[in-house]
Amino acid sequence: MTAASARPPQPTMTPAPEASSVLVRVRGLCFSRDEQVIFDHLDLDIERGKVTAIMGPSGAGKTTLLKLIGGLLRPDAGRIEVDGQDIGTLSRRELFELRIRIGMLFQSGALLTDLNVFENIAYPLREHYRLPESVLRRLVLMKLEAVGLRGAAQLMPSSLSGGMARRVALARAVALDPMMIMYDEPFTGQDPISMGVLVSLIRQLNDASAMTSLLVSHDVRETLSIADQAYLIAQGRLICQGTPQEIARESSPWVRQFVDGLPDGPVHFHYPAPDLAASLLSEAHR
Amino acid sequence: MINALASLGHWALNTLATSGRSLLLLLGMLAGLTSLLRRPRLVLLQIYSIGVLSILIVVVSGLFVGMVLGLQGYYVLSRFGAAESLGVMVAASLVRELGPVVSALLVAGRAGSALTAEIGLMKTTEQLSGLEMMAVDPVKRVLSPRLLGGFLSMPLLAALFSAIGVLGGYFVGVGLLGVDSGAFWSQMQAQIDFSNDLVNGVIKSLVFGFVVTWIALFEGYDAVPTATGISRATTRTVVNGSLAVLALDFVLTALMFGD
Amino acid sequence: MVKTRTVEIAVGAFMVIGLVALFFLAMHVSNLNQLTSGEGYRITARFDNIGSLKVRAPVSMAGVRVGRVESIRYDQQRFQAVVTLRIDDEFNAIPLDTFASIFTAGLLGEKYIGLDPGGSLESLADGDQIEHTQSALVLEQMIGRFLLNKAEEG
Repeated sequence: MTAASARPPQPTMTPAPEASSVLVRVRGLCFSRDEQVIFDHLDLDIERGKVTAIMGPSGAGKTTLLKLIGGLLRPDAGRIEVDGQDIGTLSRRELFELRIRIGMLFQSGALLTDLNVFENIAYPLREHYRLPESVLRRLVLMKLEAVGLRGAAQLMPSSLSGGMARRVALARAVALDPMMIMYDEPFTGQDPISMGVLVSLIRQLNDASAMTSLLVSHDVRETLSIADQAYLIAQGRLICQGTPQEIARESSPWVRQFVDGLPDGPVHFHYPAPDLAASLLSEAHR
Repeated sequence: MINALASLGHWALNTLATSGRSLLLLLGMLAGLTSLLRRPRLVLLQIYSIGVLSILIVVVSGLFVGMVLGLQGYYVLSRFGAAESLGVMVAASLVRELGPVVSALLVAGRAGSALTAEIGLMKTTEQLSGLEMMAVDPVKRVLSPRLLGGFLSMPLLAALFSAIGVLGGYFVGVGLLGVDSGAFWSQMQAQIDFSNDLVNGVIKSLVFGFVVTWIALFEGYDAVPTATGISRATTRTVVNGSLAVLALDFVLTALMFGD
Repeated sequence: MVKTRTVEIAVGAFMVIGLVALFFLAMHVSNLNQLTSGEGYRITARFDNIGSLKVRAPVSMAGVRVGRVESIRYDQQRFQAVVTLRIDDEFNAIPLDTFASIFTAGLLGEKYIGLDPGGSLESLADGDQIEHTQSALVLEQMIGRFLLNKAEEG
């Protein structure tokens, strides 16, 4: 855990615990969009069977990182290995086979709006396996029971509240019993009760079925409360990593500002701009 | 000056890139057609939302267009003492041109814009990415059935339009203006050729159905995933779709009816 | 499940309506029901001038349509038009010495071929040729002749 100044230097990687225990290995990842650099030689490891959190301010590219891991986007440079397979070199078919083993919970839920809750969860099962209707029904109801929404099976997604939609999406993400689930901002815009429900669900699902969870969020408190390991990224670089306890002890001003939610610090309140008085004067002269 | 040139070049490159993307999407959708054999339901649903839901507007417009043709045709033809040819005029205009073209324009406006908005919203709400992450190809599973549905619905809608239009022309010409009923039908049958007129009309509407749905799906798939982006894409679907139909109609007519 | 059933029925109905419309156009609006293609027998006739006679123009006897013009070609040796007529099978008793003329339907209408039956007891059969023909009246020639006659009278 190196200390970081206003422009944090790259921390030295702690040696990976054991090669086989790493599920996702990101090395030298570079990605930019519209000439804006989002990742600049990012390295990180996600360990099997643990809840790993990736935190950072809005616009730090957290969602982009999930999409890169899922193969929805291609990196400009660097390697992303998932379960030993280099995402960049996979054919479309191999990528699809890998994705069957990865669940993803999108920020908006991404439920199919023309299907009801039951059919939404049945969808990936119907697509990938030929199951008798009775088996399928039992499976779907079990998944719904796990998120506590068996009673809502016949509702349409439009009549669900935000928290319920996210729980349904979670049930769908685990429908294929994946080895890993990626959560994209699962807590954003949730009321305290559904936030608590989601927090405990994520932890339960991870421990009950020995899954790996990758959690992207800027809700510091909730995220740190369930994470085994956390990474902080900003400006395309890794700033700090460690267990929640280690992060809480971290003393660098940037980390303190982010974790404690201070309005001003290394990250300034103002977006970079010329001097206010000068701008006003030049406006007046025009 | 340099700026104008640069922006012109930029525009040209963008247009080329857009056409390239639309062609790639088309290839993807065509590749997905084979997998639809195992899922005819998906196509059925699309025929419903593109075809069945357009029946009303097509029938009503067909009726009025046919009635107007009957009225105008009668005024012009009766000046030359050729009111008996009214049936030919009404049927030829409908079967060759108005049936395929107007029904394609109506479908571009009604079903095309709906398709664009639907796909655009699915993109905005991450449903398409969600399918990708479930290892389901959204082009094959979401777009291909819509393309096939539009392709199959259009000739039926155009035939419906023409048939209702002929009846509308008959109603005005024979029922209200007193053209001889026998002459109306017999002249029509003597002049309208099955393979030259009717089959060509059906071919036209197949082409139009294909192109209108393709444009609508591409605009939705390529839309900027914001509210403004979708509204722009919907507008582009209607404008580009209609222009494509009219331009293709000219080309097809020149190919088919130019002796 | 109720909803999908209505969709199925609606799509089925749509297909039926569309096909009925196509059928209506084919049988009632176009000439499909008159295209008994390949059937009937062929006879030929030679004309010095066929005017604007077109392929598929009607062939009629006493005003009743008995067949259609199937093809028109030009005989370079005899400088004549050779017209092949396809006569429907049911009209199988057309006398051998029948007279074929090219008429115009109405003042500006389409050209058609009218057959005037002769008195022979033998009938035309497939491949036969009509010997007696009269060419089309060309409007310009008629007007020219009319003016010439007037000039001679005057």
